[in-house]
Amino acid sequence: MSEVIAIRDPWGKATTGKLAMWLFIIMDGLSFGGLLIGGAALRLSMSNWPEPGLVLNIPLTAFNTFLLICTSFTMVMALNAIQKGDQKGLKNYLAFTMAGGIAFLGIQVYEYSHFFLGNETLTQHLAEAGFVGASNFVPSTGTYAAVFYATTAFHGLHVLSGVIYIACILYAANKWNYTSAQSDKVEILGLFWHFIDLIWIFVFTVIYLI
Amino acid sequence: MSEHHEQSFWSKYIFSLDHKVIGKQFLWLGLFFVLFGGFQALLIRWQLAYPEQPVPWWLLGDILFSDTGGIIDPDKYNALFTMHGTIMIFWAITPLLIGAFGNFVIPLQIGAPDMAFPKLNMISFWTMVLASIVLLGSYFLPEGTAAGGWTSYPPLSSPVGGIAGEGQTLWTLALTLAGTSSMMGAINYIITVVRLRAPGMTYFKMPLTVWGLWLTSILNAIFVPVIAAGLILLLMDRTIGTQFFISGGLATVDGGDPLLYQHVFWIFGHPEVYILILPAWGIVSDLLSVFSRKPAFGYKVTAIAMTTVASLSMLVWGHHMYTTGMSPLLGKSFMFLTLLISIPSAMFFFNWLGTLWKGSIKFDPPMLFAMSVMWVFGIGGLTGLYNATITADIYLHDTMFVVGHFHYTMAASVLFGSFAAIYFWFPKMFDRKMNPFLGKLHFWVSFIPLNYVFFNMMVLGYGGHHRRIYDPSNYDFLKPMMWLNEYITWFAIALGLAQLIFVYNFIHSMLKGEKAEANPWGAATLEWTLEAPIPHGNFETVPTIYNGPHEYSNPKVKDRDWISQSEPISS
Ligand SMILES: [Cu+2]
Repeated sequence: MSEVIAIRDPWGKATTGKLAMWLFIIMDGLSFGGLLIGGAALRLSMSNWPEPGLVLNIPLTAFNTFLLICTSFTMVMALNAIQKGDQKGLKNYLAFTMAGGIAFLGIQVYEYSHFFLGNETLTQHLAEAGFVGASNFVPSTGTYAAVFYATTAFHGLHVLSGVIYIACILYAANKWNYTSAQSDKVEILGLFWHFIDLIWIFVFTVIYLI
Repeated sequence: MSEHHEQSFWSKYIFSLDHKVIGKQFLWLGLFFVLFGGFQALLIRWQLAYPEQPVPWWLLGDILFSDTGGIIDPDKYNALFTMHGTIMIFWAITPLLIGAFGNFVIPLQIGAPDMAFPKLNMISFWTMVLASIVLLGSYFLPEGTAAGGWTSYPPLSSPVGGIAGEGQTLWTLALTLAGTSSMMGAINYIITVVRLRAPGMTYFKMPLTVWGLWLTSILNAIFVPVIAAGLILLLMDRTIGTQFFISGGLATVDGGDPLLYQHVFWIFGHPEVYILILPAWGIVSDLLSVFSRKPAFGYKVTAIAMTTVASLSMLVWGHHMYTTGMSPLLGKSFMFLTLLISIPSAMFFFNWLGTLWKGSIKFDPPMLFAMSVMWVFGIGGLTGLYNATITADIYLHDTMFVVGHFHYTMAASVLFGSFAAIYFWFPKMFDRKMNPFLGKLHFWVSFIPLNYVFFNMMVLGYGGHHRRIYDPSNYDFLKPMMWLNEYITWFAIALGLAQLIFVYNFIHSMLKGEKAEANPWGAATLEWTLEAPIPHGNFETVPTIYNGPHEYSNPKVKDRDWISQSEPISS
C-alpha cells in the first residue's frame, strides 16, 4: 500500500509541447473531418454534381499541391539542419518553406479572384456544369460552390496561420540564435506544417479529383 | 511586490498566469452569467403564468419592456428562452465547473505547480471574455439578440425565413469563440493530467474530481471541433450567402439540408451533456466520501464507469432526432445504445449509496448539495429513459417534459454540483469560511422550490404542453393546467430569491468571513496540505503520493480519521 510508484508515461520522451501539438492536430483533424463528411453528405443527396475539372482548374491546383509537398520537404530539411546545429541552414530552409506557403496562398487567391470576376469561358463552363445563367462562381452559386469555398478557405486559413507561425519561429531563431537545443520548437512547427500538407491531399482529392 | 505595485496588479489579478487566479476569474464570470441567465428564466416563467400581462416592476418590467408597456412580446419571448439556454449552458455552467474548478483544483490535486501551459490558460479565459462581449453586444442590435432557440436549428437560424438581424450571427460567432476557449482549456487540462502528476500519483490514485474533469476535457477535445465546423457553415449561411442548411421553398439553389445541422449539432450536443455533468459526478463522488468519513465505495469501478459513459455518449446523438423521420432501424440502434448508458450510470450511482452506507455522515453545506445531486440526478436519469424510448419520445418530444428532464440533469445536478464545489473549496480559494447556517438555509430554500418547478414541468409536458409556446392560455387543452403554470412561476421566483442568500453569504464571507484553517473538512486530497495563501507555483517541494484519495477512518492511522495522500501510513 505504501510504496511509491513512479509515473509511467506511455509517450516516452516527447516534450509536453509536442504532445499538445499532436492533440491539437487530432482536434483540428476532427474539424476538417466534420467539413469533409458534411460536404460528402450534401453531395450524396444531390442529383447534379459537376464533373471534376468542368469548373475548377485542376492542372493549376495540381501544381499547387506539388508546391505544398515540396515545402514539407524543405521543412524536414530545416529540422535536419538545426538538429545538426546549422543555424544558417535552418533559416534558409524555413524561408523556403514560408515562400512556398505564400506562393500556395497566392495561387489560391488567383483562383478565387478568377471565379469571382468571371469571364465568358467560365460562364460557358458553368452552364455546362448545370449553373445556367451564372456569370461567376461565388459561395451563393450553389451547394457545389459552397462546399468548395468552405473546405478550401478553411484550409487556406490554416496555411496562413502556418506561414505566420513560421515567421514567428524564423524571428525567434534569428533573435535568440537557435541551436540544436531548440530543435524541438522547429519539430513542433514541422508537425503542424506536415498536417496542413496531409489535409490538403484529402481536400484536393475530395474537392478536385473525385 | 512592493516595488512594482502598479505593474503587479495587472499581472497578478488581470492577466495572471496563475491557475488559481484564472480559476477565480472563471468563477466570477460564471456566477455573473448564472444570475443573468436565471433572471431571464423568471421572465419566461412570468409570461407562461400570466400571458401578456405587464411584468411587475420588481422583475424590471417597466425598464426592460418599456416600449410595450411591460408586456413581453413574442419576439422578445423567443429571445429570452434562446439566451437563457445558451447562457446557462455555455456561459454559466461551463465556466463554473470546467473553467473555475478545473483550473483551481486539477493542479492542486495532482501535485502540479501550475497548468502545463499557463499562457494558453490565460488566453483561454480572455477568449471567453471576448465571446461574452460579442454575446452581450447582440442585445444592443436594433433587431435584438438571437431568438432561434439554444439549438438554433435552421431554418429558425437561417437568414431567409428565420431570425432577422445580426443577433443570430453574433450568437454564432460568440459560440465559436466560446468553443475556441473550451478547446484551449481541453488541451491544457489533458496534457496537465498526463504529464504533471506528482510522483506516485497514478491514474488510479487521482481523486474522482480530476477523473471527471479529465474525461470532460477529452470529450471537449473531440467534439467541440466538430460543432465549430458546423458553426462556421452556419456563419457562412448567414453572412456570405451559402445555403448549407437551407432547403425547400426557402432555398434558391438545391442541395442544402437542415437535418445536416441537427446531426452536427447533436454529435456534439449529446456529449456536451456529459461534458457538463462529468465534473459534477466526480466532485460528488469525492465529497460523499469526505463527509461520510469513509473511502469511496468501488473507487475504480466509479472511474471506469464514468469512462464508459463518456465513451458511449459518442454514439447516441440520434435520440434527439427520433421525430425527424429517421429510419426505424437507425432509431432503434440509437435507442439501444442510449438505454445502455443506464448500466454504467447505475453502477456509480450504487457506488455512491455504498459510500454513504454506514458512514458517519456530516451534513455540512457541501454534503447537502452533494447528496441532493444524487436525488436530482436520479430523477433526471430515470426520466431520461422515457425520452430515450422511441414510443414514449414521439409523444413527449418538444414538450415541457423534456424541459423538466434536462433541467433535472443540467440545471439541478450541475448547478447543485457547482454549489457543492463552491462551499467545499471556498476556504481554499478565499482563505475564509462561508457561514454554514446560511449555507444550509440556502440549500433548503433552493432544493424544495427547485423540485417543485422542474417536476411539475414534466407533469405539464405529459399534459401536452409544448416547450416553446408563447401563450399557453390560447390552447383549450392547456387551460385547465394554467394554475400549475402559475404555481411553477411562484416557486421559480422563490428559487431565484433563495440565490440572494448565497450571493450575500459568498460576498460577506469572502470579505469578512472567519479565517479558515488549512484543512477545515479533514480531507485527504493534496490541496488541503497547503497553507494559505498558496504561492504561485503551489508546492514548495514536489509531494510524493503514497495513498489513494479517500483515506478516511483507516484503523492504522491513530490520532485522526484521515490521512493525506502525501503522508505514508506507518504500520
Ligand atoms: Cu442526448
